[in-house]
Amino acid sequence: MHRLPPALLLLSLVACGSDEDPEVTFPTAKAELALANYKAVVNANYTDVVTSAQALQAAIDAFIAAPSAATQDAAKNAWLAARLPYGPSEAFRFYDGPIDDPTTGPEGQINAWPLDENYIDYTRDDANSGIINRVAEVPAITVEVIAKANEAAGEKAISTGYHAIEFLLWGQDDATTGAGNGKRPFTDYVAGGSAANQTRRADYLKAAAQLLVSDVQEVANAWKPGVADNFAAKFGVTASEGNAVQSAIGDLLKSLGSMAKAELSGERMTVAYKNRDQEDEHSCFSDNTSVDLLGNALGIENVWLGRYGASDGVGLDEVVAEKDAALAAKTTADVAAAVAKLRVLADLQQKSSTPLDVVIASPDGSASRTAMLDAITATKLIGDDVEKAAVALGLKIELEEPSVEL
Amino acid sequence: MIARGPLSVCALLLIACDGSDEGAASDPDERFSGGAATVFDVSRSAFAQDMPALSGDKEDDFFVGNSLFNRGWVTAPASTTQIDGLGPLFNATNCSACHFKDGRGRPPLDDSEPFTSLLLRLSIPGSDAQGGPLGDVNYGNQLQDNGILGVPAEARPRVRYTEQPGTFADGAPYSLRSPTYSFDQLAYGPLAADLQVSPRVAPAVFGLGLLEAIDEATLAALTDPDDKNGDGISGRFNHVWDVRKKALVVGRFGWKANQPSIAQQTSAAFQGDIGISSQDFPLESCTAPQTSCTAAKSGADADGVELSPAFLASVVSYMHTLAVPARRNLEHADVVRGRALFTRAGCPGCHTPKLRTGELPGFPELSNQTIRPYTDLLLHDMGPLLADGRPDFEATANEWRTPPLWGIGLVSTVNEHSFFLHDGRARGLLEAVLFHGGEAVAARDAVLAFSLDERAALVAFLESL
Repeated sequence: MHRLPPALLLLSLVACGSDEDPEVTFPTAKAELALANYKAVVNANYTDVVTSAQALQAAIDAFIAAPSAATQDAAKNAWLAARLPYGPSEAFRFYDGPIDDPTTGPEGQINAWPLDENYIDYTRDDANSGIINRVAEVPAITVEVIAKANEAAGEKAISTGYHAIEFLLWGQDDATTGAGNGKRPFTDYVAGGSAANQTRRADYLKAAAQLLVSDVQEVANAWKPGVADNFAAKFGVTASEGNAVQSAIGDLLKSLGSMAKAELSGERMTVAYKNRDQEDEHSCFSDNTSVDLLGNALGIENVWLGRYGASDGVGLDEVVAEKDAALAAKTTADVAAAVAKLRVLADLQQKSSTPLDVVIASPDGSASRTAMLDAITATKLIGDDVEKAAVALGLKIELEEPSVEL
Repeated sequence: MIARGPLSVCALLLIACDGSDEGAASDPDERFSGGAATVFDVSRSAFAQDMPALSGDKEDDFFVGNSLFNRGWVTAPASTTQIDGLGPLFNATNCSACHFKDGRGRPPLDDSEPFTSLLLRLSIPGSDAQGGPLGDVNYGNQLQDNGILGVPAEARPRVRYTEQPGTFADGAPYSLRSPTYSFDQLAYGPLAADLQVSPRVAPAVFGLGLLEAIDEATLAALTDPDDKNGDGISGRFNHVWDVRKKALVVGRFGWKANQPSIAQQTSAAFQGDIGISSQDFPLESCTAPQTSCTAAKSGADADGVELSPAFLASVVSYMHTLAVPARRNLEHADVVRGRALFTRAGCPGCHTPKLRTGELPGFPELSNQTIRPYTDLLLHDMGPLLADGRPDFEATANEWRTPPLWGIGLVSTVNEHSFFLHDGRARGLLEAVLFHGGEAVAARDAVLAFSLDERAALVAFLESL
């Protein structure tokens, strides 16, 4: 999806095979500060991801122990709270780091989409579908069983992670009934209550929560400071080829640009906008998609500015400013604008009962659909800025095509 | 050529170079394998780029098509109504599982690995009403080694190889491995006693729009069915069923040129490989004994099919507009030498280096381009060693379509393997050459007579493509 920017294309064309960069002095000292601060940001963010996932697990255990509308709501609220730090942490993807390393990264087990609902539980047309209801084929539901079922051998029957838990808490968001999120009754978890196999459903939900906690812990551990030989200890310090600091900064720019343009603007918004498929939204059971999207944008801003919560350190903005202050300032403004546009969408969800599925289905030119288009345009711009920033720093980066591990 | 100038200079350069001959080996024109639809990317995403300067809404279509190419289909009925309907029997849940990063598939590395990007076509002797292959009564015309929950996979295929040693003229040894396929865990009764099995690895999918844009007359001029020029190479069209035209037309896509268009190839793959019905192929691929398959819920929407016409159009547009990566290292001495050896051995007799596209309505970016695909898109007898024993429309058991060679040197980067030919049996480009028989015997013998240096130079040339 992302070819070389015109300037580079021109150079490569006319230089006939020469791949020398224009001479650029790389701002190494500033970059080292930014990398150290990035690791602190990542660690702080993943610490919150783990804490909130543990709180979700506790709320789910409480719900299973005493199913009621109140305990189910508490579990749902814990899920929504857990999504708040996870969204920003997605800005740490797209450079084969701990979250999405091609062989060991658990991203596909944590946040994969679309979810194969029928693979997990009953759906509106089939009371007996899913692992939960197939007692003979899957005698016992354990963490190992659901982990193995997820993305088995090149195939994807997405059955774990945040969205599996979301489905088990909310239930299907039936597109045919228009607006409104899933309406799963808590009695699905009461022995002898609604649907069949309530105990197995409870086993599944508990196992999914436990797997989520262990997966996010694994990622967080890779970023813990002061651990010899973990990813954080090596990132920007050793490199398989070339300069480790430059390579790491290149990774961060690739990560930011890919997240902004291919993933957030493209995969998560443009596709849904264009398809007009009401449920073409990643958190469709809870109708929390717009808040998720804002979280992604906030993560991009965190990495760019080098901040998390109240702490604000040396960000990529300062590294780029060493070579091109105007470009750094423009990027900062574009990032802020994108966050603002996504906040409009999140406000529509939270304050005006207009979740993203309603936005998608609205007529062209309506206020909400225009707001989505504005958000698409604004986030796409960040990808272009980041490609320019790489050129300014003399780095070659190739932004991701939209992820295959959705 | 070394001057730097504004972007328009590039465009001028492209046009000026267009009509020139295949001149010196270092002719920079040769870098533009896809004409103006060439991209300069040597990363793992080299096959996944959109063409420069797409017209109209094609950039958006590319984006959406790309997303659908990668997106996993799920069991129906799901909340995501437009992407449900997986299977009931299937090979993969998305296009990119097999065409990973728009690149080339491979056979399993060992017995524990599933057949992810190599599929097995099945048939029995005879042909159907349209002249196509006749499927196995119990298993249909393609082995589907996955099923949704409650629908057993058809079988577990396995591959074993037999090595056959040989020597080059200079005495250097080589070994070629030939596959045999077997089936365990047959879920729907026996396979036909006279079953024909044709293995097909998922091909790379970039540059297809340019191949579709070549005029039929241009290709017809390359045919020589009766070898009137006596060069030992015939080359002929396959004629295959076009489901929209309801007629036999020239086939140009697929390993045996058994698909007439990108659109039909795409919908056929959705049906056969993922189990997704569409306008042109509205049925699920369930055979009579596969009752759980027939009984499974459909993901069809209000339009009666699982893949909406709009989605299909986006994917087809995406297929049209995936760009071709540029050649590399043209000036390298080995590449220059290998290029001459490629010609001397007679490879261009089928692997046509340069073609001109015609006018493809709606696609100005594909029209009137000088491209370097290294294919004539025609069927050739490749000899008994490569034969699959399974006729496909007019293609005989021994015949295969010349595959394009553009981008072949980047397969190891994009797909991290070097398995070539229709079933991935060749472990590297030189082995692939040595497997050539039939009409390519003379070319293969020429390569067998090459010295070690010459063989290395030939491979260096192929890797520059």
